[in-house]
Amino acid sequence: MSATLTASGAADAFRTCAFTGRRIHRQAEALVKANAVVAVVSLLIGAIAALLLVLTRWQAVHLLPAVWYYRILGVHGMNMLIFFIIYFEMAVLWFTSTALLNARPANPKLGWVNFGLMLLGTILVEWMQWSGKADVLFTSYPPLKAHPIFYLGIILFAVGALLVVAQFFATLVIAKREKTYEGSLPLVVYGAMTAAIIAVITLLHGAIIYIPTFLWSIGVIKSVDPQIYRMIWWALGHSSQQINVAAMVAVWYMLSALTVGGVVLNEKVSRSAFVLYVLFISMASAHHLLVDPGFGPAWKVVNTSYFMYMAVLASMIHGFTVPAGMELGMRLRGYTQGLFGWLRRAPWGDPGFSGMVFSVVVFGFVGGITGVTIGTEQINIIAHNTMRIPGHFHATVVSGTAMAFMAATYYLLPLVFRRKVAFWGAAKIQPYLFAIGMLLLSMGMTFAGSFGVPRRHWDISFSQAPFSVQFNPAVDLVLAVMGIGGIMAVTGALLFIAIAVKSVFFGEPLGEIVPGRAVAGVPQGLTNPPVHPANVDEVNERLHRENPSWIGPTPGTMALVGIFLAAFVVYYFTNWKLLSVLWKVG
Amino acid sequence: MLTKVHTGLDAAPGVWWKPAHKAEKVWVAIAFAWCMVLFAMMPLWHWRGGQNPSGIRRRVEPRAFYARTQEFAKQYQVGTDRGLPIVQPPAGSDVYMTALTFQWYPILQLTQGETYRLHLSALDVNHGFSLYPLNVNFQIVPGYDYALEVTPTASGDFRIICNEFCGIGHHTMVGRVIVLDKAGQRVSDNANARLGNGATP
Repeated sequence: MSATLTASGAADAFRTCAFTGRRIHRQAEALVKANAVVAVVSLLIGAIAALLLVLTRWQAVHLLPAVWYYRILGVHGMNMLIFFIIYFEMAVLWFTSTALLNARPANPKLGWVNFGLMLLGTILVEWMQWSGKADVLFTSYPPLKAHPIFYLGIILFAVGALLVVAQFFATLVIAKREKTYEGSLPLVVYGAMTAAIIAVITLLHGAIIYIPTFLWSIGVIKSVDPQIYRMIWWALGHSSQQINVAAMVAVWYMLSALTVGGVVLNEKVSRSAFVLYVLFISMASAHHLLVDPGFGPAWKVVNTSYFMYMAVLASMIHGFTVPAGMELGMRLRGYTQGLFGWLRRAPWGDPGFSGMVFSVVVFGFVGGITGVTIGTEQINIIAHNTMRIPGHFHATVVSGTAMAFMAATYYLLPLVFRRKVAFWGAAKIQPYLFAIGMLLLSMGMTFAGSFGVPRRHWDISFSQAPFSVQFNPAVDLVLAVMGIGGIMAVTGALLFIAIAVKSVFFGEPLGEIVPGRAVAGVPQGLTNPPVHPANVDEVNERLHRENPSWIGPTPGTMALVGIFLAAFVVYYFTNWKLLSVLWKVG
Repeated sequence: MLTKVHTGLDAAPGVWWKPAHKAEKVWVAIAFAWCMVLFAMMPLWHWRGGQNPSGIRRRVEPRAFYARTQEFAKQYQVGTDRGLPIVQPPAGSDVYMTALTFQWYPILQLTQGETYRLHLSALDVNHGFSLYPLNVNFQIVPGYDYALEVTPTASGDFRIICNEFCGIGHHTMVGRVIVLDKAGQRVSDNANARLGNGATP
């Protein structure tokens, strides 16, 4: 099918995808591309910063001087947690709302204006941070004060992002009205919509707190209460990572479908889990304030238990439905051998698949378990502001979200950019390198934190401090593990950037794809699409019938989540034990 | 009863509120039960456990709090170390400590097994109270008095590390807490060094 097939007046506005037969709007596609490119540039800045930081925190190397350590730490935080992630999410919003719904975007011209607004904000923030006018780290807690342009940059970025989210909703309305799809939104788009709703909540909190902070920085208002700032700021700082979670889970469902023909077990269960994110995730940001003076125990317990645990429940549900969907998808295609035959026969050489699996596993086992544990009111006493915190969120945001986004990129390059993935051999191993590196980094940080090593700290040899502090010698070992893991992970990230940049700007055009014939540079999910047999519904009935017990048609996944739960229980109660031997405090 | 097989990329049937298979229900029930355990542990620990971040919390003017700390230090000073007063308050009393860039003021000398009401606050910016090598951490916010009932259960020479970024000298901000044994003696064995050799979790 050629691109000019459509007979309507908007003929040139669309092309038809060679793989999926979907109608792709050119302007929307250009917006996806622009956002993805800026995301990768931010990732590059963040990754170089990461290397400098890890080589400084690895006390045996201790690379940067103090001023530059704290400055680069701020740069790393903004580029990774805000710019890379949110630009990529903007690309996901444009892609899911148009390409997956065969729809046209709402006012693409305005889309460019909003993109420009975000870009302007980004440049202002980078300028302030690099020139040393905003050495307040990512959290910028007042009364530490940065240059007003720093706050202004964040506000411009947030407003631009908020307007893009509004355009996403407008696009959904257009698609519905113009009937570009039948029935309900696909689950992946539904997940992206969840991310968009959380983004609205998040960005509004950002506006609520950064506007007064900006006014304070230019002297219009006298002060910003540091405790109230911490409360509202975390409704931005943590909730923004919940946009990531929702977007990441949507990407899991997408890659599961593309790589192994993963199916949706039950729409009600998966969608309800997404709704739980929307309802409860904002209150979860209270777990940053568990050992703060401004709030009572009731407030802390309620926000982190009733509310946060409902979001935890949502993640535990997806942690079952995503792998179970893959397992059932594989079994429906005939990979029915034993408990884990489906997993053994999965396409491990496809970076879109391996990256997605590592994202699920590290996010759940390391990020999820540590996060819920240290987010417990009392256990937070032995975790707050130690390296356990970055240990946790590198497992969620980086090993989880960033890795899922990288895996998705291996499919977006041929689907959106219509290029082969460059350095294909390296691309196949990139997820392994990145995952192992991040795993070592997260574990190294987590254990260092358990020994009391503080986060955001230039010198834990305390050479200039008035009193000596002697850390347990094991700390040297775990910091070396962190350092080696960090170097591996940065290498993996730079490899990813090299692949993405080469593919996009100098990549080989796709050429003709014949189903069933593998091509170097094209993921197997596109050359060998995971097609279900014609009688798939019958096979599905049979698989369900043959497993009538509570184990269901996906016994392998049931075993995996059992292991997960056991690990969770052990880690959780070990921490209570560690807490119980401390001084009495209350 | 099963819906048509489809992936997350396909538009779902208009009515997607269909009963889930038993396996999914079982997992959701297990996960929910576990979340309830997670919830129950927190109130339970307030009731039975010895470590809670509750305290008495109120707003305070930062300079007034610092003045109160200085007054407290003068009242109970027993010595000096590196220019900072060593302060030994009576058991059961209100104890004050101010965090300021880049110092913990004053040095406290407490007694093992006794209970104190430790007031923590900051003069200037946010700081982080991290008692080393025990790894007990609290956030210090200027304008807020965080008064925690504290009972040292071990004697020794402890450190307070600042673990909230507070400016360029952040990493030099280390304080000291001495805990005398039950007989009122300083322990010759340095707890910092001793615990540093493998007793920390």
